[in-house]
Amino acid sequence: MTDVSPVHTQADKPASPVKPNPIISFEGVTKRFGKTIAVDDVTLQIQEGEFFALLGPSGCGKTTLLRMLAGFETPSEGRILIDGRDIAALPPNKRPVNMVFQSYAVFPHMKVADNVAYGLKMDGAPAAEIKTRVAEALELVKLGGLGERMPDQLSGGQRQRVALARALVKRPRVLLLDEPLSALDAKLRDQMRSELTSLQEKVGITFIMVTHDQDEALAIATRCAVMNRGVLAQVATPADLYEFPNSRFVADFVGSVNMFEGVLEKDEPNQAVVRCTELAAPVYLDHGVTGARGSTVWVALRPEKIEMHKRNGGEALKMEDAPAGANVVAGVIRDIVYLGSETNFEVELEGGRRVKTFRSNLTRYDQEDFTWDEPVWLAWHACSPAVLLS
Amino acid sequence: MEQSWKQAKTAFAAVAAPPVFWLLLFFVVPLAVIWAYTFGENTGPITIDFTGTFANYARALEPLYLGIFAKSLVIAGLTTALCLVVGFPVALAIAFSSPRAKAWLLLLIMLPFWTNLLIRTFALIAVLREQGYVNFTLEWLWNNASGFMTLIGLQPLGEYEPLTLLYNNTAVVIGLVYVHLPFMVLPLYSALDRMDRSLMEASLDLGAGHLRTIWSVVVPLAAPGIASGVLITFIPALGAYLTPDLLGGTDSQMIANVIERQFKRANDWPFGAALSFLLMYLTFIAIALQALVQRRADRRG
Amino acid sequence: MAKQALPAATAAVTERPAPREKPGPLEYMRRWPLQLMVGLTLLFLYLPLITLMAFSFNDSRRNIVWQGFTLKYYEKALANESLIQAFVNSLTIAFLCTIVSVILGALAAVMLWRFRFPGKTALEGTLALPIVVPEICLGVAMLVFFARVMPWPTGLPWPFNLGAITIAHISFAFPFVATVVRARLASFNRELEEAAKDLGASEWRTFWDVLVPHMRPGLIAGALLAFTLSLDDFVITFFTSGPDTITFPVKVYSMLRFSVTPEVNAASTILIVVTVVLTAIGLQLQNQKPKEDKA
Repeated sequence: MTDVSPVHTQADKPASPVKPNPIISFEGVTKRFGKTIAVDDVTLQIQEGEFFALLGPSGCGKTTLLRMLAGFETPSEGRILIDGRDIAALPPNKRPVNMVFQSYAVFPHMKVADNVAYGLKMDGAPAAEIKTRVAEALELVKLGGLGERMPDQLSGGQRQRVALARALVKRPRVLLLDEPLSALDAKLRDQMRSELTSLQEKVGITFIMVTHDQDEALAIATRCAVMNRGVLAQVATPADLYEFPNSRFVADFVGSVNMFEGVLEKDEPNQAVVRCTELAAPVYLDHGVTGARGSTVWVALRPEKIEMHKRNGGEALKMEDAPAGANVVAGVIRDIVYLGSETNFEVELEGGRRVKTFRSNLTRYDQEDFTWDEPVWLAWHACSPAVLLS
Repeated sequence: MEQSWKQAKTAFAAVAAPPVFWLLLFFVVPLAVIWAYTFGENTGPITIDFTGTFANYARALEPLYLGIFAKSLVIAGLTTALCLVVGFPVALAIAFSSPRAKAWLLLLIMLPFWTNLLIRTFALIAVLREQGYVNFTLEWLWNNASGFMTLIGLQPLGEYEPLTLLYNNTAVVIGLVYVHLPFMVLPLYSALDRMDRSLMEASLDLGAGHLRTIWSVVVPLAAPGIASGVLITFIPALGAYLTPDLLGGTDSQMIANVIERQFKRANDWPFGAALSFLLMYLTFIAIALQALVQRRADRRG
Repeated sequence: MAKQALPAATAAVTERPAPREKPGPLEYMRRWPLQLMVGLTLLFLYLPLITLMAFSFNDSRRNIVWQGFTLKYYEKALANESLIQAFVNSLTIAFLCTIVSVILGALAAVMLWRFRFPGKTALEGTLALPIVVPEICLGVAMLVFFARVMPWPTGLPWPFNLGAITIAHISFAFPFVATVVRARLASFNRELEEAAKDLGASEWRTFWDVLVPHMRPGLIAGALLAFTLSLDDFVITFFTSGPDTITFPVKVYSMLRFSVTPEVNAASTILIVVTVVLTAIGLQLQNQKPKEDKA
C-alpha cells in the first residue's frame, strides 16, 4: 500500500485524449416517449476499436440509446454521427451497424446457415461469396459444421453464437449487443465473457454493449458509460469507474460501498479531513478534494479496502499513514457470510451504523478466526476513500 | 409496440382497405338494411315503406311472441346448464390427464365439432326415434326384466311402451346439448389447463377434500373460462334454428324458427327484422354480462 | 406430477414393470367416476355418428335392424346428380371462401396487431360481430341484401352463380380467421422483425421472410376453420341459395324433409369422412413445426 499512485480524484485524472475522428458520436441526443424522457441530452464519443459498455439500471435509457444507433428509434433532438456522417435519414436496413438482440432473434424457421446468410443475401452478394463468408463466420464463433441445424436444435449459448455470426458476417462498422449475456446461465456467462473479448480483438470491429450487470461491464469493456435516468452519469474505464466514481450513484451502482455523509472540515492541496457523524473518528485523506470548506460531502469506502484487526484490551491501533485518532474506528462483528474465496463481515460501529468489510481467505485455516460479537478495529489508508461532492 | 398509422400510410392502407371494405359492404350494410326494416311497413306484396313505425316491436312484445322469447331463453339456459354439468368434469379430467391422452381426448371432443351440424342432428334422430336405439335398448332391458320376473314367479311387466323422445321439447334440449357440448368443454379445458396446479395442491395440503378444493379454489379461478364457455354455448343455443326445426314438435318453436317463418313463409319482413334485432340485443346483453365477469376476474389479477 | 418425475429417476435402475401406482392427487383422469363420465360423454357424442355410418351399409330400407352389408345406397347417392351437384357446390364454395377469408383475415389481423389508428376499438368490435351475431340474423340480413340492395345476377354460369352464397360465407368466416391469426401474432417476437431490418431487409422483405412464416400455423388453422365453417353452414346458405344453387346441407335438409332415406346416410358418411380427412391433413400441417414456438 506504499506505492499508491499520486492520482486520487477524478479531477486529477488526465482527461482521456479525445481523438479527432470518433467512429460514433452522439451530439445532445434526447429521446422522449410522450412525457417521459428516456434519454436526456447525451453527448458521447466512441472510438474505433473500443469495446464500449452502456451500463445502468433498467429504465435508464441505455437500450433506447442503442436502438437509436441501430435505427429502431429516432432521436427527438440531437444528432447521431457514424464516421462523421449524420445517420438520421438512414433506415435500419441501410445503416452500417448490426445488432445482436437480447432474445438473439434467430429466425426459427431458417437453418443456421440461412440465418447467417440472410444479411448477405439482402446485400445481394453472389452465392459463392455468401457460402464462404457464412462458413468463415460460423467457424469464427465455433459453430463450424452446425450450419444445417435448425435453431430449435441448438442450446441458448449456441443460438447466441448464431446471432453473433449473423451480425459479424456483414462486417459492420459497429456491432451492437443488447444485454448479450443476460439469458445465459452463470457458467456459460463467464465463458462467453472471455470469448466476446477475444472475438472483438480478432475481428477488430467496434463493439457497443448494453448491460445492467456491472460485473459484466467491468469484465469485458474497455470503456463504460454509466447512465442514470436518461443522463450520462460517468464515462470512464472500468478501473476508474470503480476506484474514482464521480457521484454517489456511480459509487453505489458499481460494486459494493460504505457511504458516509460528512462535512468537509479541511481542504488543502495535499490533505483533507471530513468529519462524519456516523464515524467516531475523522476521515483523513492524503489529497485535496477541491470542495468548499464546510460543505456536505460523502465518503465512499469500498469494503475490501477496510482492514479489520482484533481489539483485545482496548489499546489504540496505529496506522503508518494515518495520523493518530483518524481512520480507525471501533466496532463489533455482527454478521459473517462465508463465500469461499472471501468472507464478508458486517461490523456495527459505536453509533449503531453497520459497515461492510471483505477479507480474502488467503489460507485454508484462518489464523485470526474472527467470530460473532467480537470487538474489532476497522482501519483504512488515507488514500482509500473516494470523496464525492454529489 | 403498435405503430401509428401515420408513420406508414401506404402499408396501412394496403393492409386495412380490403378487410374494412368487405366488412362494411357485406356485413354492416346488410345489418343496417335489416335494422331499417324494423321500422318499416308492408305496403304491398314486395314493397316495404320505411315509415319509422314502432309497430313491429310492439307486435314482438305481444304475449304470444314474448312467450316464444321466454321459451327460447329457458331452453338455451337449460342447454347451457346441462352442458356445464357434463362439460366441467370432462374438462377437468382432460386437463389433468397425461399429455398423450390429453391430445387424443381433445381431438375426440373436437371432431364432432368439425362434423356437419345437420348430419349430427340427423344422426341423433335415428337414435332417439320410437324405433331408434335408445328405445331398443330400453325395450331389451324391459323384456329381460320381465322374463326375470316370470322366472321368479311374479307377474310379467307387460308390453313395452316406447318412450317418445323425438318431436318435443326434451328432444330439442338433448339435441342442443349434443351439438354444443364441445363449445363448452374447450374453453373450460383451456381455463383449467392454464390454472396454477400448486394452488390446488396448497388447498389439498391445507386439509380440504377434492370436492371442497374444486368448489372453493378451481371454480372461482376458472370463473372467466366458465363464463366464456357459458357464453359461447348460450348464444348459438338461443339462436338455434336447425335443432328445434328438425327435433322439435309443433310447440317447440324457438325465436329463430319464428324469424324464418316471417321471411320465408309469412313474408312479413319488417316484423321478422324486428324479431332478429331483439334476438341480437339479447345476445349483446349476454356478452355484456360475460364481459362483466371477465373484468371482475381481471381486476383480481 | 410426482409420477412423472419418479420413473425417469428409477428407469435406469429397474426394468421390471412398476406395480400399478395409486393415482396422484391431481390425476383426475385416473379416478373411475371421471373416467366413467368421459366415457359416457364420448359415447353420447359418437354413438349417433357411428350408427349413422354403420347403417349406411345396412341392406334395409327401414334402417333399424342389421340385414346385411350393401353398398347400394352409395351407388344410389353417387348416381343422384343433384346430390353430387350440391356436394360439388359445397366444396367449391368452401374452397373459395377459404382462400378469400384467409387473405382478408390475415390482413385484418396484421392491421389490428400492427397499427394504432382512430376508430380502432369500433373496428375491432365490428369485426367481432359476425362471430357473435346469431346465424339466423346474419342469414336474413344476407337474404335482404341480395334481394334488395345488391341482387346477384341470375343465370350466371357455374361457379359464378354461387357468388352470393360465397360472399355470405366469407363475411362470417374471415373474422374467425382474423381472430386466430391475431392470437398467433401476439406471440411474435418483435426483435425478429428488427433483426431482419438490421440485416438489411426492406419492410416488404421483412413481412415475407419473418412475419408470414410466423403466422403460418395461424393461417393454416384459420383456413381449416373457414373451410369447415363454410362446409358446415346451413342457416345462412338456406337464406341465400336459390333453386340452382343448392349446397350439400341444404340438399340433405330437403331430402330429410321429404323422407329419411338410407341414401342420406351414405351421403352423410361421405361428408364425415371428407371432413375427418381434411381435419387430419390440416392438423398434420399445423404440427409440422411445433417446436418453432420455443425459439
